[in-house]
Amino acid sequence: MSFPVFRHVADHAILVEFGDTFDNTVHNAVLRLDRALAAAPFAGLIEAVPAFVNLLVDFNPVVTDHPTAERHLRQLLSTAPPYRHKTTIREVLVCYDDDFSTDLEAVAHQSGLDRESVIKAHLSGSYDVIMYGFAPGYAYLAGVPGSLHLSRKTKPVHNIAAGSVLIAGAQCLVTTMIMPTGWWIIGRSPTRILTKDDTHPFLFDVGDSVVFRRISRAEYEVAR
Amino acid sequence: MTRAVFRVVFAGPHVSVQDNGRPRLMRYGVPASGPMDRKAFAIANAVLGNDPGAAGLEVSQAGLVLECLSGTVTVAIAGGGFIVERNREKLGAWNIFTVEAGQTIKVRTGQWGCWSYLAFAGTVQVESWLGSSATHGPSGLGAGRLTTGQTITISDTHIYAHRLGAIPCPVWARPRNMMHCVLGPQDRFFPKNALAEFTSAQFHLTDAYDRMGMRLHGPALHSISALSIPSEPILRGSVQISGDGVATILLADHQTTGGYPKIATILSDDVDGLVQGRPHDAIRFKSITAHDAVALARNRARMFTDYLRHIAKSYAKAAGG
Repeated sequence: MSFPVFRHVADHAILVEFGDTFDNTVHNAVLRLDRALAAAPFAGLIEAVPAFVNLLVDFNPVVTDHPTAERHLRQLLSTAPPYRHKTTIREVLVCYDDDFSTDLEAVAHQSGLDRESVIKAHLSGSYDVIMYGFAPGYAYLAGVPGSLHLSRKTKPVHNIAAGSVLIAGAQCLVTTMIMPTGWWIIGRSPTRILTKDDTHPFLFDVGDSVVFRRISRAEYEVAR
Repeated sequence: MTRAVFRVVFAGPHVSVQDNGRPRLMRYGVPASGPMDRKAFAIANAVLGNDPGAAGLEVSQAGLVLECLSGTVTVAIAGGGFIVERNREKLGAWNIFTVEAGQTIKVRTGQWGCWSYLAFAGTVQVESWLGSSATHGPSGLGAGRLTTGQTITISDTHIYAHRLGAIPCPVWARPRNMMHCVLGPQDRFFPKNALAEFTSAQFHLTDAYDRMGMRLHGPALHSISALSIPSEPILRGSVQISGDGVATILLADHQTTGGYPKIATILSDDVDGLVQGRPHDAIRFKSITAHDAVALARNRARMFTDYLRHIAKSYAKAAGG
């Protein structure tokens, strides 16, 4: 199949696909169109939603239609400058104390490392915000080092605290509310992704880089 | 300033404050939320001369009882064919009436429908989150679910003696059983016979139904292979098929992304009629082209705006203005 593919969705959206599987080239193509569209929206555009390999473009069908929206998007693809990584780096604090890192032992066991090496590996990752999904403020961060790649648990665990730091595969995320998860819980963060600041309600934008910084329990209690 | 205060004598599960919702935040994992039946909600507001997106109450089949503690205010109700009572007096399911201190409003499930909307001639004093008071069910963010014992304040209240009585319930506001949809965006992952089954078989709504979505009972629709597609955006009206072949329709509080293939996406306008259906009701899917879907959406939008304009005008006329 040759990409991009434009799929017309219901009466009000287009899904622009840039590949079948996630990699940096595909994701950069998603972000390139997302950025170009934000700079030059078409009449009737409601919103665009970037994901791993595609961009969903939602519009008001009373104002525009699929062919018109598609023409606009194709035009942007032929003229937009190449995607350049932003230099925005967001810091997320994380405390790895035992009661916060209920799966650290299991992760250590499965990856053949000791607890301290798991923590070091997690901190050494270079993370990028790929997309949000699942629940408000759930940001999928790619960049977990290969030594810690584990598949999900077979069954989700319920009532996981907000602020939990989770990993699965190459991905990491910091939860924002009490939710079930099948990912591995390795720490707790006092850093809020849902900031409660109306002018900047979400800590990350898709495309931002993220670094984790280890803190003690005492620092956690102060920061939370 | 005139105000009215209500006490929630009883609120069942899934009774919440809603407004127009918060679109444009799906990129942050936040669905638009807002009323399940957007048209009934807009009508309840429009007959009072409110902004169509003004905050009001969404009442589930579990029901709501409000006692007016102080003040007097005109309210409107529209949505499902619910039973509405003011003290012992039965009022229509689609109605405009005035409530005063000491009176109780009871709204409970009736002949048909799942959701009914109470709008107030005034401003409902509620918390907002990200510019909207709409309640996101799973998190309770926004103005929140109603809980027994809480109070609700309406400020800047009005009494519209000239507007009282029944609101005409148009036929398109009833539950729908034919869902117009456009196949995809992942219909290619399903064999021809699964697609044929999808558009010809009858499906039944189940009680696995809340503001996030509705699971269907029907033939299993197996995709071509055990797939693992990267998580991708979901819309209200997406029909996703889980690994066991079961269809789920995503609704107002849907997850914004998911890794299950979407066999089809329902015309936005039909989703309002879908949600008024009840468990065990039968629906069918009619596949149309995206081009025809836009034409149909425009047609429906015209009908709806004409209706809103007509009722707004007739109430303004009754007021002598």
